[in-house]
Amino acid sequence: MSGVSEHVVIVGAGQGGLQAAMSLRTEGFTGRISLIGEEPGLPYQRPPLSKAYLKTGAADALTLRPAAFFEKHDITLVTGTRVDSIVRDTGHVLLGSKTLGYDHLILATGTRNLRPPIDGLEHALDLRTLEDAKRLRKELDRPRTCAVIGAGFIGLEFAAVARALGHKVTVAEAAQRPMARAVSSPIAARFAEMHLQMGTRLCFGQAVKEVDETGIHLPDGEKIDADLILLAAGVRPNVELAQAAGLPCDNGIVTDAQLQTADPAISALGDCAVFPDPRTGRLVRLESVQAATDHARTIAKRITHGTATPYAAVPWFWSDQSDLKLQIAGLAFPEDDCIECENGSVLRFDGDALTAAETINNPKVHMKARKILALQAPPGRDTLKRAGYDLTLI
Amino acid sequence: MVKVTYIAHDGTETTLDGAEGDSVMATAISAGLDGIVGECGGSMMCATCHCYVDDAWSDRTGPRKDGEDDMLDCAADDVKDTSRLSCQIKLTAELDGLVVHLPSSQL
Ligand SMILES: Cc1cc2nc3c(=O)[nH]c(=O)nc-3n(C[C@H](O)[C@H](O)[C@H](O)COP(=O)(O)OP(=O)(O)OC[C@H]3O[C@@H](n4cnc5c(N)ncnc54)[C@H](O)[C@@H]3O)c2cc1C
Ligand code: FES
Repeated sequence: MSGVSEHVVIVGAGQGGLQAAMSLRTEGFTGRISLIGEEPGLPYQRPPLSKAYLKTGAADALTLRPAAFFEKHDITLVTGTRVDSIVRDTGHVLLGSKTLGYDHLILATGTRNLRPPIDGLEHALDLRTLEDAKRLRKELDRPRTCAVIGAGFIGLEFAAVARALGHKVTVAEAAQRPMARAVSSPIAARFAEMHLQMGTRLCFGQAVKEVDETGIHLPDGEKIDADLILLAAGVRPNVELAQAAGLPCDNGIVTDAQLQTADPAISALGDCAVFPDPRTGRLVRLESVQAATDHARTIAKRITHGTATPYAAVPWFWSDQSDLKLQIAGLAFPEDDCIECENGSVLRFDGDALTAAETINNPKVHMKARKILALQAPPGRDTLKRAGYDLTLI
Repeated sequence: MVKVTYIAHDGTETTLDGAEGDSVMATAISAGLDGIVGECGGSMMCATCHCYVDDAWSDRTGPRKDGEDDMLDCAADDVKDTSRLSCQIKLTAELDGLVVHLPSSQL
C-alpha cells in the first residue's frame, strides 16, 4: 500500500460507511479505521424495514455484521455518537467535547426524511430508521386506518404490507402516478392497479395540505380519516456537516468520478453524495444499496492504492410490493424514451443508447440488462429493435 | 439448532449453529464469516452469497428457486451444477450437518 492514509475516519455507520470499512480491509489497508455512527447499535440494513421486518419484527436479521467482526478486522466502531463538525485545516473532526484526527475522511451520512411545511405534520410517523420501523410496527398491532403521504417506494411498500395485514390504507400523492421520479408510466400503472386490487385507495395529484390527529386534508377539500399517518414524501441528503466545512453541495455533497469531494482528503458516498453519472456526466444522487456499496469500494481502492479507475458501476435497484418485484437496471432520466416489450418489461432509451430496463418478476431480463449495460459498447437501439426488444435474445 | 459447515476456498472449515428458518447466508453473516458477502440481504439481487452445496447434500437442499439461475449467471466465480445462492437455502432439521463450499471470490 502507498501509505497515503494512516487513519481513515468514516462518518455514518450505515450501509455505505460499513462497506467502506470492510472494503478498506479487503483491499489491504493496514492503517486505523474509525467508523462513527449517530444511531445506536450495530450497522443494519434498511431495505427490509418497509418489507419483511414490518411483518416479522425480526430486528436481529437486519444486522449487517456482528460485533466480533469489527474486532477481527480491527475496525473501531463508535455508535450513538454524532460528528458535529469538520476542521479541514488541521484534519480532524469534533464529536461532542472530543476531537479525532484523520488522514482521510469519508462522509457517509445518508439522508433524513423530508418534512415539508405542512401544518400538523407532527402527527405523521417516519420510516427511515430501525427505531421508526419498531414504532410503526407496534402501531400496527391493532386494526388501523392508515393514510400514507407519498406514493414512492417506501410509501407503497408500507401500504402493501399494511393492507396484507388487513389494515385500511389510503395513499395520497402529489404527482399524477406512483413512483413518478423513478419508473416509467407503464410500470407505475401496473403497480397502481395491483394496489387498487388489494383494496388500497390511491389519490393522485393530491399534495396533502394539512394533517391533524384524525387524518389528512387534501387540496380538493376532502378529508381522509386516519388513525395512523405515515410520511413518505422523500428525503433530504445530510450535507450540513460538509456544507459547514465549505465543501460544495448541490442536493448532495458534490464529488468527482472517483467520489472525491473538492478536498482531496475527503470523500463522500451513498445517499448523501452527488456524483457524475458515468454515461452522461450529469450530477446524480442515488438512494440504493448498490450505489452505497459500489461507491464505498471505489473509495477504498483509491485510499489504499492511491489510484482508482473512475466509478462506472451499473446501477440496480429493487422494490417488493405484495407479489410484484420491481427490478431496475441502469439509470434513466425522466425524459428518456420508453419502449414496452412483449414480455412486460420496459426499456428506456436516450437516443440510440439503452439507459435502463424496468422489469416486474422477471429476473432473467433484469440480469441480462445489467450485463448489457456493463459492456464497453452496448448494442444500440436498432440492434435491440431487431431482436424485438427482447434482451434475452442478445 | 442446525449445524452448517462452510469450507472456504483455501480449505478452512467453519462449523456454525444456525436456527431453523434462517438461511445459509444469514447464518454466515451473523457469525461474521468471511467468504459470503450477502450484499442485498437475501433479495436475490446480488449473487454475492454464492456457494457450492456438497455433493452429499445437494438432494436435500433441493432445486434452485425461481430466478436463481439468472442471478447465478452473474456470480463472480464458476457456476457448477451444485451452485446455489446461499440466501435461498433455508435451514430445516433435515439439513442438520449441511456442508457447503465457498467460491474463491464473490465480487
Ligand atoms: C425503508 C427503506 C427501504 C429501502 N429499500 C431499499 C431497497 O429495496 N433497495 C435499495 O437498493 N435501497 C433501499 N433503501 C435505500 C438504502 O437503504 C439506502 O440507499 C442505503 O442505506 C444508503 O446507505 P448510506 O450509507 O448512504 O446511508 P445510511 O445507510 O442511511 O447511513 C447513514 C448513517 O449516517 C448517520 N449519520 C448521519 N449524520 C451523521 C453524523 N453527523 N455523525 C454520525 N453519524 C451520522 C445516520 O444516522 C445513518 O445511520 C431503502 C431505505 C429505506 C429507509
Ligand atoms: S444475498 Fe444477494 S442474492 Fe443472496
